[in-house]
Amino acid sequence: MQKNFLLIFMVGLFTLVGCGDGGSGTDDSGKIIKIGHVAPLTGPISHLGKDNERGAQLAIDEANAAGITIGGEKVEFRLLSEDDEANPQKGTVVAQKLVDSGVAGVIGHLNSGTTIPASKIYHDAGLAQISPSATAIMYTHQGYKTAFRVMANDEQQGKVLGDYAVKTIGAKKIAVIDDRSAYGKGLADEFEKAAKSAGGEIVTREFTDTTKTDFTAILTKIKGLNPDVIFYGGMDAQAGPMMKQVKNLGITATYLSGDGIQSKQFLVLAGEEGEGAYASSPGLPLEKMDGGKSFQEKFLQTYHEDIQIYAPFTYDATSILIDAMVRADSTNPESYLPLLSQTDYQGVTGQIRFDENGDLRGGSISLYRVKNGAWEYIETVGGE
Amino acid sequence: MSIISKGIEKIRSNKRILFIGYVLLGIALVSLPFLLSNTVGRTWVRILDFALIYAMLALGLNIVVGFAGLLDLGYIAFYAVGAYAWALLASPQFGLHLPFWAILPIGAGVAAIFGILLGAPTLRLRGDYLAIVTLGFGEIIRIFLNNLDHPVNVTNGPIGINKIDPIVIAGADLTRTHEILGIQFSGAHIYYYVLVLLLMITVLICVRLENSRLGRAWIAVREDELAAQAMGINTRNVKLLAFALGATFGGVAGGLFASLQGFVSPESFVLLESIMVLCMVVLGGMGHIFGVLLGALLLTTLPEILRSTASPIQESLFGAVYIDPEALRMLLFGLALILVMLVRPTGLWPGTTRKQLGNKG
Amino acid sequence: MDIFFQQVINGLVLGSVYALVALGYTMVYGILGLINFAHGEVVMVGAMVALATVAYLFGYFPEMNPIVMVLIAATTSVISCMVLSYFIERLAYRPLRKAPRLAPLITAIGISILLQNLAMIIWGRQYKTVPKIFSFETREFLGANITDLQIFIIVLSAILMTLLLLIVNYSKLGRAMRATSESQRIAGLLGVNINKIISFTFVIGAGLGAVAGILVAANYSVAHYSMGFMLGLKAFTAAVLGGIGNLGGAVLGGLLLGLIESIGAGYIGDITGGFLGSHYQDVFAFLVLIIVLVFRPTGIMGERISERA
Repeated sequence: MQKNFLLIFMVGLFTLVGCGDGGSGTDDSGKIIKIGHVAPLTGPISHLGKDNERGAQLAIDEANAAGITIGGEKVEFRLLSEDDEANPQKGTVVAQKLVDSGVAGVIGHLNSGTTIPASKIYHDAGLAQISPSATAIMYTHQGYKTAFRVMANDEQQGKVLGDYAVKTIGAKKIAVIDDRSAYGKGLADEFEKAAKSAGGEIVTREFTDTTKTDFTAILTKIKGLNPDVIFYGGMDAQAGPMMKQVKNLGITATYLSGDGIQSKQFLVLAGEEGEGAYASSPGLPLEKMDGGKSFQEKFLQTYHEDIQIYAPFTYDATSILIDAMVRADSTNPESYLPLLSQTDYQGVTGQIRFDENGDLRGGSISLYRVKNGAWEYIETVGGE
Repeated sequence: MSIISKGIEKIRSNKRILFIGYVLLGIALVSLPFLLSNTVGRTWVRILDFALIYAMLALGLNIVVGFAGLLDLGYIAFYAVGAYAWALLASPQFGLHLPFWAILPIGAGVAAIFGILLGAPTLRLRGDYLAIVTLGFGEIIRIFLNNLDHPVNVTNGPIGINKIDPIVIAGADLTRTHEILGIQFSGAHIYYYVLVLLLMITVLICVRLENSRLGRAWIAVREDELAAQAMGINTRNVKLLAFALGATFGGVAGGLFASLQGFVSPESFVLLESIMVLCMVVLGGMGHIFGVLLGALLLTTLPEILRSTASPIQESLFGAVYIDPEALRMLLFGLALILVMLVRPTGLWPGTTRKQLGNKG
Repeated sequence: MDIFFQQVINGLVLGSVYALVALGYTMVYGILGLINFAHGEVVMVGAMVALATVAYLFGYFPEMNPIVMVLIAATTSVISCMVLSYFIERLAYRPLRKAPRLAPLITAIGISILLQNLAMIIWGRQYKTVPKIFSFETREFLGANITDLQIFIIVLSAILMTLLLLIVNYSKLGRAMRATSESQRIAGLLGVNINKIISFTFVIGAGLGAVAGILVAANYSVAHYSMGFMLGLKAFTAAVLGGIGNLGGAVLGGLLLGLIESIGAGYIGDITGGFLGSHYQDVFAFLVLIIVLVFRPTGIMGERISERA
């Protein structure tokens, strides 16, 4: 039996390849419009990836329910969701896979580290790519006419936060922590620049990484420097436990962070100790937007889980992609891409317009603070 | 397996059959990407590219783990060194744009130096102590790459380096689509040929090494270090050479990865990658070059096969999708690792070194 | 000074947890010479089961005494981990006992992938938190802050480790374990039921791992299916630092690693004049490990094995 094992294994595998393709390769000519979505759906940040996928799926479902006609034909949109495992190499493989399967456009990826190498493949294929959450400035500054994002980049958000820390909170001494991810580092760097130029003093820059849950060592060091504000560039899964440790160590500094922690998850993880923390989020609060509230309710109804962070952004990204196709009356990227770059769309995260790079133009940033166990909206800065 | 090896033995003895075999293999290798891109999609050419890169990595690690018997859990560090060497010497990062024939040896050389750096302090360590030190070494390299954006910016830190130069031959950028004799060759397709060529060279070097004096010394050290020493083998140099040569292949593979992707970031060089390469070596058949090749090809393609089959299979068996396809894919992958090892504890296609040695000795 | 003392306490809390997990690695290694890479995932399952049980009890019996609730949850978690670990050994390691050394390493990795993704399917992708059933006081102690929970973690870990050392060194079972670790064949000839002893070792290690998982989840009030891998790796490092296979060494290694990490993160910037910062915390820990191993190739408390062990 052992002798033949290898043979059976190989034969089995190749049969699988064959039938796998047979399953996905068929489609009714023209009627079904495929839209790609990529995010990590396994691994440590899969909760965010799944959240993104759900946002995009809701937008697709709505478009299908509305019954859209493109080029005189009734079309049905279908989401092809792929898992890039937050791994740059897999990111390019699934990008090519989506291109192969003839998607009309792509929503994704989640991390800057997978979005950037994949953007080259979409660019070469001439496909529109809208990232809901990649904030690295580099992504839209490669000269690709196919790369867009519906999220404020690090520079836009860091600047608002830095100003806010010094001018509004009145911080003189600021400690900065980042999680050494592309997102955390980018945001913390831009924050540091803005806070310095606004007249704040950065007393220390500390670091952690995305696998840690113990921050007592760096927090103890920060405690000794007695800052007014602690800024964290990172995600909620770490900010929650960090917030508890901040309070346990008796640190009284105000806690400030970006969109990565402006989530229900942070409130749950930080518990009572989360009171008083500030966070920003690009766009306007969901509650204030037309359709925002109903999106929130529909999300909860469909998936029985709260929105994590970026679902509203994938929802908007998918909607503007479909909107551009409708306006162009074509699903051919060549026809709809020029119209996509001229988007002026009222989404649930705010008014979406792109600048010449594909970045969100004049993106406004809203600030929130935790009060009585909920995020309370303070104000919106920037925007037009 | 013995039927196959007997078969191979028979073929080897007949030169004409051997020649025809090589020609057939050559035709198969040349036409494979055409076949794949026309049946299952161009993605598979790209997947094949990565499979070949991983095969090169696995062959490099096989020198350290399979031949010399030194358990290395941080092998991906050399891959990282090679990738970053290419990225720094051929990208707008420092404005350097060296040609590929200059960077490839530099990357390999730097990786070899790192191999010796790792090897030198760990010579006295055995087995699992060595494993944890190499693991630490791999993490140290990754952490440095992730943090060398401050105080002096070298690597851009977690954001990574973009716009890395591809291999350029006679003014032609190999990552772009070219038309030769009316046939379209995509970037991934051209890279496939480059990688196949380099992998063949790698295999050749490995085969020559295995049968060399050095290769026999490695195996002696693996089987019994004390006896090897008593036989007059300089175990220190032999071990250092294993680390250095293994690292060289890692460095070359890393450079090719960087040029193919056009982008590197520390996310590509995490511990899990080291473990996966080790899995390829062990699962394929430690110490056996073709077994290791098989292991690498299987473990890189299996997750991709499962990616496109997990849902359809589930639907056809149970009529609906109960488990997320991505979760099922990873479940099946984990299960496959366990089952293969249980059924074939020495790997899918193990070598017969021990027996051969016994006969010869 | 109070900052330094605070760092020591931080290190001790972290180190106690590392030590508990490291014991699981070192026990299995001592007997089988096998790195049980799946142990970190067992710790994760321990944390997740305990959390799920507490959440369930809290939801259906909110009146229940919190101590009873925690005890029920801890028992459920410890027992499930023991059963899980028993079957892991039975199915993935035992058939490979005579196989090449690296074969069980691959099955361990397979088990690890399997458990992580099963946990993802069962408990979902979200980070879980501990319902607030206790409120812990924060105490001032020589200028440093420490919570009751942290004191509890250090004390409980110390008790469990002492207990384990007593069992291994003074009970009949412990003697059988030590005999098996010396030589399985000889121990078998002397009437020790090897399979039973090995199963027992896995089960005890899993029990300690489950407790460690609960303590981690309680202390940081967060649990996730991906938490096991890094924790396991750190604990394994600790076990090697102390001398793998040596129980006292695992405890010492765990505590040391905790201290090194927290003091490293706190002072590395000052030591290097600001050139390196807290992002080199792990580099620092690994460097200490490498230096220790260069001078003592079998860890701090590892026995000096002769060239032919």
